[in-house]
Amino acid sequence: MKLLVAISQTPETTARIAFKDGGTAFDPTGVNFIMNPYDEWYSLVRALELKEEKGGTVTVIHCGPVANEVTIRKALAIGADDAIRVDMEPDSAYAVAQQIAAHATTAGYDIIFTGKETIDYNGSLVAGMVAGLLNLPFISHASKMVFSGDKAIVTRDIEGGTEEIEVAVPFVISASKGMAEQRIPNMRGIMSAKTKPLQILAPVAAESLAKHVEFRVPPAKTAVKMVDPANMDELVRLLHEEAKVI
Amino acid sequence: MIMVFAETQDGKIKRSALESVYYGSKVAAAQGTTCAALVLGQVEDGGKLGAYGANEVWQVNDAKLASFDSQTYAEVIAKVAADKQANVIILPDSSNGKSLTGLVAVKLKAGVLSGVNKLPEWKDGKLYVERALFSGKAFASCRIDSSNAVLSIAGNTLKPVAEGSEVAVTSLTVDVPDAKTKVLSVNRSVGIVPLPEAEVVVSAGRGMKDPSNWGIVEDLASVLGATTACSRPVADSGWRPHHEHVGQTGIAIRPNLYIAIGISGAIQHLAGVNSSKVIVVINKDPEAPFFKAADYGVVGDLFEVVPRLTEAIKKLKSAGH
Repeated sequence: MKLLVAISQTPETTARIAFKDGGTAFDPTGVNFIMNPYDEWYSLVRALELKEEKGGTVTVIHCGPVANEVTIRKALAIGADDAIRVDMEPDSAYAVAQQIAAHATTAGYDIIFTGKETIDYNGSLVAGMVAGLLNLPFISHASKMVFSGDKAIVTRDIEGGTEEIEVAVPFVISASKGMAEQRIPNMRGIMSAKTKPLQILAPVAAESLAKHVEFRVPPAKTAVKMVDPANMDELVRLLHEEAKVI
Repeated sequence: MIMVFAETQDGKIKRSALESVYYGSKVAAAQGTTCAALVLGQVEDGGKLGAYGANEVWQVNDAKLASFDSQTYAEVIAKVAADKQANVIILPDSSNGKSLTGLVAVKLKAGVLSGVNKLPEWKDGKLYVERALFSGKAFASCRIDSSNAVLSIAGNTLKPVAEGSEVAVTSLTVDVPDAKTKVLSVNRSVGIVPLPEAEVVVSAGRGMKDPSNWGIVEDLASVLGATTACSRPVADSGWRPHHEHVGQTGIAIRPNLYIAIGISGAIQHLAGVNSSKVIVVINKDPEAPFFKAADYGVVGDLFEVVPRLTEAIKKLKSAGH
């Protein structure tokens, strides 16, 4: 199978979130960047498992500047065969989706994978947009995918449960927790990643149509009000009269 | 004109649809235009959307819409929106909403923002709206740069109020494409308000010591009409189902009241719950980091505190509140 995995780079989950230039840009000072966990742990690893089961290739695609190649090399170290970097600042979901679609439209992938969202912008948009641009079936928030003959049986997270869906390739899928288990690259993988093909593409002309203009962090919480564990009537009174939530 | 995709489940309007429609009606009022709700497939109670602000309720009832396929649904939503010249299209930020939002935006070539949590404003003719990012650790003001906009609404953005009266449901004829996916089964816990829609959430962690102890959590949730949730270690060890896991890698929620029992409050957990309006933390460890993010804290043995809290709430409820 010919598999494409779109990967994104995000601040690590415990990073301190701050903004600069009057709140118009993310402040990367002191922040470590990682491969978006949904892309790495679930989407990329499931694609690699599928290649191991059925043969084929796993290509990763990333839209970002040259500095992000460390993230691409990590994907290659985990096991991807080759990579594409679209040389651009990924400034909107739509701009990124148009690059992925432009590459995929003639490449003939069986499955295009993304994570269910990036942990920075939490937009959950790119996969659906790619499916829309390529007019492919789209299943979001997949927590399991198995093959039965030439059909994939996908389990998708829905409110309060799951849904099982049957779909034939080609399709687009976004992965949530459960799709696969995180893989740590071994030394052989890290060494071979250095020589695996990494193709740099110039971006195609793309519109954004939406922009994050100004960022802010939420105001600091006021100090917690402690309640005597023996006096839950007081907690209930506070929730009812002061917080007005019950 | 504002068009809202009103989600249904088993032929009934979902609670989240009332909020989407109510939000749409407020956007319409601000723009001096009307709000229409679109229902796909069968529906028994579509008329009630009128009470929540829809001037019109449209239904496309085609057998091909009986189960969910993202492409088919998105195609119909986009066709109706284009045909009726809707300039703001509103969807819920639910599971199905997340599957549809990007697709609908691309089909309409519209600027899109997902998970918005306030009503939009217009400056110089452009739509601005706020959304949370970094799992609630930041907010952004965002702008749409196209003439039409697609917005998906985070749960609990507005409390829907029935301010109007029912309207008749109008049937629309749309050419519905065949689905390329097939839903084989739906496995959903019945009778429970889904976490993203819940106004009150009672959540428990490793401090519960054993899954057999969950009765006190369920009792508390039951008197509050709350939905139960859990921390990641609890879901990972199989004590509770995966779909109850809230946090950065689970579900991000923003209820009015979040009660955390025996959860220390790792940063990844906080990321998924810190948009809750009020947070109560019950933990025996006074150093638990969760207390820093809490509005109300109780340091004590949860096996004593939680049943005591349940009794105190019963007292309040029996007093007629």
